[in-house]
Amino acid sequence: MRLLIQNGRVICPDQGLDRVMSVLVEDGRIAALDAEGRGDEQVIDATGKVVAPGLIDIHTQLREPGCEEDETIASGTAAALAGGYTTIACLPETDPPIDTAASVEFVRQKAARAANCNVFVIACVSKNKEGKELAELGTLSEAGAIAFSDGMASIQSSELLRRALEYSLMFGKPILHHPESIELSRGGVMHEGKTSLVLGLAGMPAEAEDVMTSRDIRLTEATHGRLHLLNISSAVSIELVRRTKLRGIHLTAGVCAINFTLTDEELRSFDADFKLNPPLRSREHVEACIAGLKFGTIDIISAGHAPRASEKKMQELDLAPFGMSSLETTLPLVITKLIEPGHLDWISALAKLTVNPAKLLGLNKGTLRVGADADLTIIDPATRWTVDPSKFKSKSCNTPLAGYAMIGRATQTIVGGEVKYERIAD
Amino acid sequence: MTAAGAEFETLPAVWTRRHLLDLESLSPAELTCVLDAADRFKAATDDCRRKISVLTGRTLANLFFENSTRTRNSFSLAARRLGADTVEFSSSGSSTAKGETVIDTAKNIEAMNVDAVVIRHRTPGSPYLLAKNLDCAIINAGDGPHEHPTQGLLDILTIRQRRGSLQGLTVALVGDIAHSRTARSNIWGLQKLGAHVILCGPPTLVSRRWEEFGVEVAYRLDDIVERCDVLNLLRIQFERQYTRPFPSVREYALLYAMNSERMRRAKSDILIMAPGPINRGVEITPDVADGPQSVILEQVTNGIAVRMAVLWLTMNTAQTNS
Repeated sequence: MRLLIQNGRVICPDQGLDRVMSVLVEDGRIAALDAEGRGDEQVIDATGKVVAPGLIDIHTQLREPGCEEDETIASGTAAALAGGYTTIACLPETDPPIDTAASVEFVRQKAARAANCNVFVIACVSKNKEGKELAELGTLSEAGAIAFSDGMASIQSSELLRRALEYSLMFGKPILHHPESIELSRGGVMHEGKTSLVLGLAGMPAEAEDVMTSRDIRLTEATHGRLHLLNISSAVSIELVRRTKLRGIHLTAGVCAINFTLTDEELRSFDADFKLNPPLRSREHVEACIAGLKFGTIDIISAGHAPRASEKKMQELDLAPFGMSSLETTLPLVITKLIEPGHLDWISALAKLTVNPAKLLGLNKGTLRVGADADLTIIDPATRWTVDPSKFKSKSCNTPLAGYAMIGRATQTIVGGEVKYERIAD
Repeated sequence: MTAAGAEFETLPAVWTRRHLLDLESLSPAELTCVLDAADRFKAATDDCRRKISVLTGRTLANLFFENSTRTRNSFSLAARRLGADTVEFSSSGSSTAKGETVIDTAKNIEAMNVDAVVIRHRTPGSPYLLAKNLDCAIINAGDGPHEHPTQGLLDILTIRQRRGSLQGLTVALVGDIAHSRTARSNIWGLQKLGAHVILCGPPTLVSRRWEEFGVEVAYRLDDIVERCDVLNLLRIQFERQYTRPFPSVREYALLYAMNSERMRRAKSDILIMAPGPINRGVEITPDVADGPQSVILEQVTNGIAVRMAVLWLTMNTAQTNS
């Protein structure tokens, strides 16, 4: 099976490549760049489009098993394809959490049956995500888990995180941690600041993230473990990561696209679609996120896909769960909020969506190097469109971006050399 | 309609809202409009005892998801004195206990052809949820620590009646600002009508951030008591606190209770207010609560006039718009 993608602007951050050329795909791998066709292959004309390595997300909640009303593995992976993702790593935000070999296998089987994008499993750090005892990281690793995380259940025990960072070293797999001091954020529904003060809503102070980021960095330094801070959102946390990297200590950090897009002012509508974790923060934090991305402090942009059924969101703010459906809006946000305004060029932006997450997870993906897996995303960089949640492939359409004007989106998503998604004009 | 009701046949042009959700979004003209109407209702009904049937045939539903005595009865009396019928709803024993959402509960009440819903709920924003999902008039009777607009209005009305104007007055709100919906309504209303507002309490309950909104923040009552024209003493909302913001009630009373010693240092014509319920000996000592400067019971009486004004304005606007 051969596929020739012609006339596109090929951007491969891994190779520092950005020019118009063709990409030849054969037997599920990148066969050649700048190659001529033989005439017997399927041809895609990508004139005016960007041809990029397939996007990779490290923070997707597929919600199955246990929360199928929010999302299923089939619907979540379909949403991923529509958003331009060829690979997702799913967090153990399931019921029960993914803390056994059998549950890893369940997700892998279901994903294979859905046959959409690649799905890799991030298994629990602690049994039942309780933050008390280590899960069987070796067994989970053997079963195919590529990383460990307790998802949005931030590990409060410093001792447990220390042991996890040490123990996981023998498997060479990273710990993905959501830094949040529950003591400080308990009961909070939004960022603590001027807006929460006026609205009388319980706040989640930036310090709840900062103190945990600080602790996590210290433990990483002490253990030489592999830590990725899942979603940081505060100016101080970003500064802590920047200084740590300057000292030569290895750790990586990610940000959710929504956290460089909207501010906590949106909560003035009291709409639970804006209830997110990390919360939408004030302007200074949003600007710090953008600066962190611009100057390389933040390595990865994640979707933070946390879909929730509409009946769960149509409640009072304290009862509604955190989260949004975001796989289908993340790439457009990167284009609209980072590339178009000139904060990031295409290579830097795509690096945070492709090669950097691939490196974190140890995948032969996120690149257009000859021999790599033929996962590609073709992007129309100029199309203007408006977010209409009713057109989402995700089972849940809760998004704070309904009606939001976007620039650019994926038009074709190719997985293993096969066109798995092609956008039909709305 | 009684003869006295003739003046209420036409709505003031400045009022175009069918909901009253907060005081933050009201203009000074709208605030004045409600206060003026309240004054007129109070005068026309001899301190609210007589009926003035401008809402005959209309129905008001009281949806109280939190306990209330004063506010609920005040709204009921106000509605009845305007000739409206009332439906009472409490969360205990209701459908919400069976898992029904607040929106569905309210929609069911609305389907019984009610014209307005008064809602009290522990969660900020709940009245906004109803305003988005229902067609009838929605009146916020307290949404968690966010706002309690009719309480703010009745506090302001009481001050205005006593002083003639808010302009230039110094009004201190003392106590648990962090968890007080009364404070959040007072802050906006008082400032818009020209008063200088001081928030006073321990730093754990009073954020410095309020200064960004033009409010003065003070941590010691003794530092400000001499220059206040009005002291509004707020209750400590223990039920809304996750952690104790001060070491003991005894220590709080020592630092913040309005007592006779502090009254001696205060202006001779100071007004002592409290939104109630008051905790005697905590925010206020009994002699001050019952003393000559206290207007606490006047606030309660004014509550009915304010709610009559609010029901008249919102229910008529809702009917006009529908």
